[in-house]
Amino acid sequence: MTGNRTLGTLADQIRSKNAGPFWVTIDIFLRTDEDYQLAAAENVLTPELIAGRYKVPATMIQIFRVPKLRVIKISYPRREPQGSIHDRDMHAAHQFMPLLSVPVPLQP
Amino acid sequence: MHEICEQIAAEEHLRLRIARIYSELSPEVLQRKVAEGRTIALPPAGKLTRETIDGCEHIVGLMGHEPIAQALKAGANVVLAGRCTDAALIAALPLLRGMPPGPTWHAGKTAECGGLCTTRNDWGGVLVSIDQGGFEVEPLDDLAACTPRSVAAHMLYENADPFRIREPAGWLDVTDATYTALDDRRVRVEGSRFDADAYTIKLEGSAVVGYQTVSIVGIRDDAVVARIDEWLTSLEAFLTNRIQTVLGLDTSQYDIVLTPYGHNAVLGDLDNDPRPAREIGVVFSATAADQETATNIAKFANPYLLHHPLPDMGYLPSWSFSSSPAEMERGKVYAFVLQHAVEVDTPMELFRLDLAT
Repeated sequence: MTGNRTLGTLADQIRSKNAGPFWVTIDIFLRTDEDYQLAAAENVLTPELIAGRYKVPATMIQIFRVPKLRVIKISYPRREPQGSIHDRDMHAAHQFMPLLSVPVPLQP
Repeated sequence: MHEICEQIAAEEHLRLRIARIYSELSPEVLQRKVAEGRTIALPPAGKLTRETIDGCEHIVGLMGHEPIAQALKAGANVVLAGRCTDAALIAALPLLRGMPPGPTWHAGKTAECGGLCTTRNDWGGVLVSIDQGGFEVEPLDDLAACTPRSVAAHMLYENADPFRIREPAGWLDVTDATYTALDDRRVRVEGSRFDADAYTIKLEGSAVVGYQTVSIVGIRDDAVVARIDEWLTSLEAFLTNRIQTVLGLDTSQYDIVLTPYGHNAVLGDLDNDPRPAREIGVVFSATAADQETATNIAKFANPYLLHHPLPDMGYLPSWSFSSSPAEMERGKVYAFVLQHAVEVDTPMELFRLDLAT
């Protein structure tokens, strides 16, 4: 099979939450080892892509790949600390949304 | 809380020794830490300043397991602790009884949110049994199960790093932890480490951002919904200009935010979904140094929220306020401002233990 899928259709679950009031963390759960290999490929979720989608410096982005759990975890500093006047999402509950449309090539 | 405990004890004819551990910190104590250079900035924060401390309305320190263990050791039957790390509450007793720190802290973190480490993560609690070589975890509810995956995955939850967590006395490191199913509902965990480090207490502090007044106005008109960004930008520019002219306030003295629910209220400029909205609820919020100013700004904005047109509309439209009066006073609003830790000489240094005899 060739072509792309989106991370949103490939993943079993994607969630985001505050990791303390100054950080956001996103957990991406994949269903199978094959799906995990596709999504965890180095050229899919790059620091540059995440920096672009979240408008945070690429150097501040942490990416953890956990093959045993078929999980990719992404953490980055909040642009506004929790509770600031311009904070739109107090618990960072919806911050995973910009990743749903990330293309995942079906051939690694 | 203490009174509730005493009342229950009296009603049930229980003789309880109730310990109270206070975690609120005075600004003076922290100013001294700043002066001594014993504060640590945690990413992405800058250096802790005197001004930041003075700006905080409340500051707490996250105690480790030691104050709780000390209360238990002194004979407390009930411990009412202020802020402590999530895992310390559970780790206190096993550590007091000599269990090894790696498995104990990992068990504490695992059980911290109850059933969240099970397959029914909205339900019930869990039992953790710690021994010298590891720990076992099982759900209390018959319908729930712990699986190697559900237990391991809990380390992801609300942690920036899924392998290493800082506690006051050092680091819980689960990089080499193994998760083995004992049967279809119990899991054994081995290989968790605890690496001692300088003893530090993490701080949490909130500052008053200001006093806020909000109004909500609904927009169902297709033309404005289709051009909502233009409508919001022109309204904000108009209000900023008129607030200066009429109320004599410049933008350093207040803050107004127009948040369009139904459009991109949650994600703002990160929203990459092009679908149009059907209706939009615009939350207008005015924040200022006092409630009166915030409400004055909101009242001043009221007719414009009600009638602001698109530039090419040949008539004066009206929009739908959610209530009358439209203005809702929210009082003080707070933001978290401390992302710092302090070095201490002893685990009890910043905390006060009261134990009634």
